[in-house]
Amino acid sequence: MFDYIGHTLQNPLPVTSGWLESLHQKARLGALGRKVSDESATESWKYSSLCALEENNYATTAKPDPEPDLLDKTLSQTIGIDKSNAHNLVFVNGLFSAELSDVEPPPGVEFVRFSHAEGQHLTSINASLGTMADKHQSIFRVLNELHLKDGMYIRVNKNVELDKPIQIVWLTTRQAQSYTVSSRVLIELEPGSKAQIFETFTSDDAQQNSFTNNVTELLLREGAYLQHFRVHQEQEDALHIGAVHADLYENATLKSFHLALGGALKRVDVAVNLLGEGADSEQFGAYLLCNDQHMDYHTSTEHFVPNCTSNEVFRGVVGGRSKAVFNGRIHIHPGAQKTLARLSNKNLLTSDTAEVDTKPELEIYADDVQCAHGATVAQLDELAIHYLQTRGISRAKAKALLSYGFVAMLLEQVPEPVFAEHITAIINHYFQRHYSEEGCDE
Amino acid sequence: MLTIKNLQANVEGKPILKGLDLEIKPGEVHAIMGPNGSGKSTLGHVLAGRPGYEITGGSIFFKGENLIEMETEQRARNGLFLAFQYPVEIPGVSNMEFLKASVDALQEHKGEQPMDSVSFLRQAREMYKQVDLDPGFLKRGVNEGFSGGEKKRNELIQMLMLQPALAILDETDSGLDIDALQVVAEAVNSLRSCERSIVMITHYQRLLDYIKPDFVHVLSDGKIVRSGDKSLALELEEKGYGWISEVE
Ligand SMILES: Nc1ncnc2c1ncn2[C@@H]1O[C@H](COP(=O)(O)OP(=O)(O)OP(=O)(O)O)[C@@H](O)[C@H]1O
Ligand SMILES: [Mg+2]
Repeated sequence: MFDYIGHTLQNPLPVTSGWLESLHQKARLGALGRKVSDESATESWKYSSLCALEENNYATTAKPDPEPDLLDKTLSQTIGIDKSNAHNLVFVNGLFSAELSDVEPPPGVEFVRFSHAEGQHLTSINASLGTMADKHQSIFRVLNELHLKDGMYIRVNKNVELDKPIQIVWLTTRQAQSYTVSSRVLIELEPGSKAQIFETFTSDDAQQNSFTNNVTELLLREGAYLQHFRVHQEQEDALHIGAVHADLYENATLKSFHLALGGALKRVDVAVNLLGEGADSEQFGAYLLCNDQHMDYHTSTEHFVPNCTSNEVFRGVVGGRSKAVFNGRIHIHPGAQKTLARLSNKNLLTSDTAEVDTKPELEIYADDVQCAHGATVAQLDELAIHYLQTRGISRAKAKALLSYGFVAMLLEQVPEPVFAEHITAIINHYFQRHYSEEGCDE
Repeated sequence: MLTIKNLQANVEGKPILKGLDLEIKPGEVHAIMGPNGSGKSTLGHVLAGRPGYEITGGSIFFKGENLIEMETEQRARNGLFLAFQYPVEIPGVSNMEFLKASVDALQEHKGEQPMDSVSFLRQAREMYKQVDLDPGFLKRGVNEGFSGGEKKRNELIQMLMLQPALAILDETDSGLDIDALQVVAEAVNSLRSCERSIVMITHYQRLLDYIKPDFVHVLSDGKIVRSGDKSLALELEEKGYGWISEVE
């Protein structure tokens, strides 16, 4: 079995800018003596196997990539939000592509590459980077820093309202050697600002040999409002272990939407910290799995202060021989009175060989709170399939309609039509393709 | 149109249809009456190919083809339509998506292009008005939270959109107010033609005042025990079903 961490430590990245070098140094210390197999043994990885990561040598980073023209073609095919309707930031195999991006930020916004950061920007980055990360110090967060060549700091200045969404595209391509992508964005919304961020993880059509370790950090200052989308539509061979960390200060609002098509190994850890009174977090998510795919969402909502609200709804359609893991935690800290917290996870199994492990976790240390949570796993309704068939609809199409119907209620929660249409298209396309495959889920 | 000979069928291993014969020619309207539990709905389900309904003997030919060998959707595409006694609720799937998928499937079967969304929507709205349902229902989940009567009307809309060769209406008139009865009758009568056949399963002879059947059958204990014309329905209304078994 391949020793991912040992190899990484033996092959340090070349020295780049000073502060990134010290980040690497710190990470090296954090990784020293640790093993992927130790992580596997923890409760957090109980239902997800890390085997896929140890089957190949992923410990090297990507080589600079082919002609941007070629990539642009791939991009226009895989990305639904019209590039002209967004401010685009494109990363190819973790490296920022100036050619494919709108380098000039809109008024009131700053795009700062980590490798170019200095002065006041660097101070801001250093003050926030990693502070929202999980307190368990998962080895993957350490590895993210260990491999980090660059990253992006996005700042929306005080009271600025963005006219168009910022679209971040994380593209991976097949390379001669399997490789790791470590990528990171730090997004800071200053007080009273308002923005939409649309992140897409995608790949070219070739069989993938990348392992992406991405961390997205969201910092919402007083009264800031952010809609955050994170869509995973890479090829199924691409590995991904990523995280979203958000800090919400007073009266800040975060509306997030997650969508994932499955892969050999995909996991996203989401941590939302409600740090200021009146903060509100809404999270919706859907995962659609088939074949031998694996998707794991670990979410945790931390209510640190009184008078905050959180609502979380995730739904999964799980077929083939795939496996979905959902762990949703609500943590109400002492003193966080008048908290309103809800969490629901519903799953639809579309084959006998698929599996779901869902676990809601509640930890409540305040007495004056309202909290509701639940998780269910159901199967396709045979009578409903029959009813559709009696109207001439094929069994495959009937299943696609029912599966779509299962996640459709989430789409109603997507605020802007342009996003809703895009996400609807991905989901529709997925079900049509999935159920038209010979013998799928029969 | 439909020829059923000595049909025997089990539901969950229990014999329900016990040698049923029925011949329906194009253009005819048949009414099937009979006591609760006699097998009327079972006949409808067997014809529609519902899982769990096992044919153990006899034959069914629909438009000259062996119906038993066809998949449910194939039967529908060939023109068979069953209005369910208990229509199924499908949350999350809108009536619009459902109807469009259904109409598209039938068009494709006929080798025709799918209807464009605008004409489809126009036609669907017309149908909703025809059965006195708010076209706003198009956006709602299929039968989701519909009242009993609304579900029945929704079945009629599907029938009108699909224009089947053989429509079987299983108690579409039950639980309806008197105005709604007229709606059912109008929908069925608008479908009537020399190429189409209609089977109405009903408990009430009053429906037959609006839709004049060519034949009335009595189904009892899994068999057709009596057939006649419209006057049979009147006689049943007066005397009940006991009279038939006594005659036998
Ligand atoms: N799933 C089942 N398992 C066992 N018995 C069943 C099942 N479904 C139907 N039956 C039985 O089959 C018989 C015929 O039922 P069916 O629904 O065809 O009657 P019906 O003539 O339509 O009655 P009604 O007038 O009440 O609608 C009944 O005795 C019923 O209990
Ligand atoms: Mg019945």
